[in-house]
Amino acid sequence: MLKLKFILPLIAFALLVALLFVGLSNDPRRVPSPLVGKPAPAFELPRLQDPNVTFSPEMLKGEVWLLNIWASWCSGCQVEHPVLNELAKQNLVSIVGFDYKDTNAQAKAWLAKLGNPYRLVVTDQKGLVGFDYGVYGVPETFFIDKKGIIRYKHIGPVSYKDLTEKIIPLIKALKAEP
Amino acid sequence: MIPEFGQFALVVALVCALIQSTLPFIGAAKNIPAWISVARPAAQAQFISLAVSFACLVYVFIQNDFSVLYAAQNSNTKLPIEFRISAVWGAHEGSLLLWALTLGTWTYAVSVFSIKIPDVMIARVLGVMGIISIGFILFILMTSNPFTRIFPVPIEGRDLNPLLQDFGLIIHPPMLYMGYVGLSVAFAFAIAAMMAGRLDAAWARWSRPWTSIAWVFLTIGIALGSWWAYYELGWGGWWFWDPVENASFMPWLVATALIHSLAATEKRGVFKAWTVLLAVFAFSLSLLGTFLVRSGVLTSVHSFASDPERGLFILIFLILVVGSSLVLYAWRAPAIKSTSKFKFISKETALLLNNVLLVVAAGTILLGTLYPLVIDALSLGKISVGPPYFNSVFVPIMVPLVALMAIGVLIRWKEDNLQRMKKHLLTYFVISLALGLLGTWMMPSFTISSVIAITLAWWVVLNMSYHFMLRFKNKAVSWQGLKTIPRAIYGMHIAHIGIAVFTIGVTLTSAYSTEKDVMLTPGESYSLAGYDFKFAGSNRIVGPNYQGDRGHVTVTQDGNFIAKMEPEKRIYTVQRSPMTEAAIDAGITRDLFVAMGEPRGKDGGWALRLYHKPFIRWIWLGALIMSFGGLLAATDKRYRKAK
Amino acid sequence: MNKNFIKRLFFFLILVMQLPFTHASVEFRTFERPDLEARYNVMVDELRCLVCQNQNLKGSNSDLAKDMRNKVYEMIAAEKTNKEIVDYMVARYGDFVLYKPPFKSTTLLLWLGPLAFLLIAFITVIRVVKQRNQANALEELSDEEHQRAVKLLQPELLNKDDSA
Repeated sequence: MLKLKFILPLIAFALLVALLFVGLSNDPRRVPSPLVGKPAPAFELPRLQDPNVTFSPEMLKGEVWLLNIWASWCSGCQVEHPVLNELAKQNLVSIVGFDYKDTNAQAKAWLAKLGNPYRLVVTDQKGLVGFDYGVYGVPETFFIDKKGIIRYKHIGPVSYKDLTEKIIPLIKALKAEP
Repeated sequence: MIPEFGQFALVVALVCALIQSTLPFIGAAKNIPAWISVARPAAQAQFISLAVSFACLVYVFIQNDFSVLYAAQNSNTKLPIEFRISAVWGAHEGSLLLWALTLGTWTYAVSVFSIKIPDVMIARVLGVMGIISIGFILFILMTSNPFTRIFPVPIEGRDLNPLLQDFGLIIHPPMLYMGYVGLSVAFAFAIAAMMAGRLDAAWARWSRPWTSIAWVFLTIGIALGSWWAYYELGWGGWWFWDPVENASFMPWLVATALIHSLAATEKRGVFKAWTVLLAVFAFSLSLLGTFLVRSGVLTSVHSFASDPERGLFILIFLILVVGSSLVLYAWRAPAIKSTSKFKFISKETALLLNNVLLVVAAGTILLGTLYPLVIDALSLGKISVGPPYFNSVFVPIMVPLVALMAIGVLIRWKEDNLQRMKKHLLTYFVISLALGLLGTWMMPSFTISSVIAITLAWWVVLNMSYHFMLRFKNKAVSWQGLKTIPRAIYGMHIAHIGIAVFTIGVTLTSAYSTEKDVMLTPGESYSLAGYDFKFAGSNRIVGPNYQGDRGHVTVTQDGNFIAKMEPEKRIYTVQRSPMTEAAIDAGITRDLFVAMGEPRGKDGGWALRLYHKPFIRWIWLGALIMSFGGLLAATDKRYRKAK
Repeated sequence: MNKNFIKRLFFFLILVMQLPFTHASVEFRTFERPDLEARYNVMVDELRCLVCQNQNLKGSNSDLAKDMRNKVYEMIAAEKTNKEIVDYMVARYGDFVLYKPPFKSTTLLLWLGPLAFLLIAFITVIRVVKQRNQANALEELSDEEHQRAVKLLQPELLNKDDSA
């Protein structure tokens, strides 16, 4: 009695609805990084505290570290900063600050006001290196392992929940690797 | 007080809708005339309550009552009055109220203009529309209340997004909503007919004018949106295949198929099941569009502030409405029997092909729009599907459709043979092709797309004219003769010619537009597409809620004065956002477009963008012609008599 | 730090990122040859601005879009091929940055879907029309033949209207 061709629309609709339902819990604006699993792009950038000295990612080969992209003009960075301060206190990893499209004066003032969790800060005033890292919004945080490979990219501000649920476990896992 | 009164009116509307959708249904099922007759008054009361509620919100905006959160977020004391009123539907909550009001308007219209339709049928139709009203009003009251207050009361509002401070906002959403929501009428008729088990030609005849008018509004609404984007956004584009644009175009395609299917069902009793399904499909796409725009599931320039919670509400509503319709369809449709047969070469087949192509087009757009979602849901990453994809899959479907359209008009119902038409068709094809080649030869360069488009356009025009003139086959053309031809016939021919005009506009503008970003100091000029643009400098300007610069460009062609163009670059004071107001010299054969970029150097130079866009107006002209044709068809005497 | 605050903050961030960038930007660029300019125009038309609400590089005024346009311009001027430019962007931003989805295993359904739809559609049309034609053939009996058949098979039904 129930011929297929009359139930087909209903079936198709059910599939559509299932798709939309799943879609509700996804964020269409969150773009995953194609750099995960690839070596961190090389660069040489001046340091905030002393522009005559430069830093390259290869200097930190052999240890697990975080590259946190931030800027003094970014409000989300302000929100996540206490979390980063908290993380720094735990002395688990080095956090390298990446000051994106900012001015040195404003960056320094911002850090002075909000605290400095960074082992060191590099400045990318033109944003060209950020381009290589596929930075599209601040803040972003890259997790780099001992071999210099990017293992994870956290998009958006880091929350306390992220800290306990994702970040610290991930850091520990990466550190446990040879 | 007024905001609370507006909210109260909404609750009253909800109650009316509840009455409208329960008593008449039961009355129809159990044949209780008293309950059946509740439908019309309940519907009318619902409309009045909604109108009152909407009026309250408009009042809030006019009076700058920023104690109402929605007004504080979208308005400002310095906002000109016309934009203060249109700001009412400028964001999520208010536009939903407009949706509900539009539904109330259509419901009212159905309750008034349906005297000749049996009460039992109307009871069910209004009942279905009532259920949809309940959904929307509940949605507003529960998740998107425009009357929510805010304390402390801000002194000033956040202002309306400068992009929306435009004539476009005043007309585009209302027209579009009239179209979207209007498809609910055909939907309601289909459901009512299925419930009654009566899917005969009568149902189709009643639905036709309603569907046609909704289609007309939708056509105008989409065309307005395209036109608005063109002159507002400043990069010369008029369609971006953005998810929200697609959400309006898909119902249009299916509604077009529906109109044709209704014609076949009414005249020949064929495709009854298909027509019902199309009616359900068309309105489902309207609802899907509402979901896509407001749930945050897809990224779009048009999205309102998205919220997955709200999305869930709409999704559940969608499941209930569409799901139950399709269950009803699966149950009732197998019993539908078509009373007529037809041969392979017949108008029925042509219409079937027509509808099938339109549905395939809609399905393709749906596929492209939702595909990123599919990939993301399956955790296969994130991709984008944009204009390059849509253009390459959509055009190949449309070309055969337009070609077929001309033949379809000429073919007879039930049985025809190509032999009879072969000589005529071949002649017209040759003429069209010749004109296509000639037309392309007159263009700046030779492109295949231009040949195809112009050939197709002439093919349609010639065949339409021929078909029209068939009415005068054995007699002379006379004023009397012309007057006796039914409006619907005029409408049909005009609408199809509108498609031809549209095709020309789309193709020629895509193939032959030119643009250039230039840097001009005062006194310098640049030559584009034979026009000389001379920049005379700029001066500062101040407006009601903005300030900026106005450039002065004089356009000449071979020394003859063409136009004085004055583009502006504005900074809106409240939101501190820059906006370009492009200068457009519109023309039937081309648009000239100048937009200001950034000032350069100390000598008053500016970066300017210049465009030459041939035949772009034909796009919207075609849409207008189509709508006019549809309007003529919908207001044909036999519908007016039958009401 | 409750959910409401995060929601409003997120909304604010979206606004901050979105507001000034919703109209085209005009940049004056010089090209050595017109074909380079043409290629540039196509590229900025088909590449997506990541921080925008569905806009291409051509239509966006955001900082990132500016950077990307500059990069495209640089690479075009250096005579890199379209493929090289696309690969460069995809290496950094993923397939998301392309408005023309690449043809790979995950997009097979997307690119072949429309064709499949058309095929199904045509098959359906042919089947439906055939069905109507079969019925036609059955009804091809003339009235006289019809009467004779009834007489032979079910004589008691004669003179009764037996339209099914």
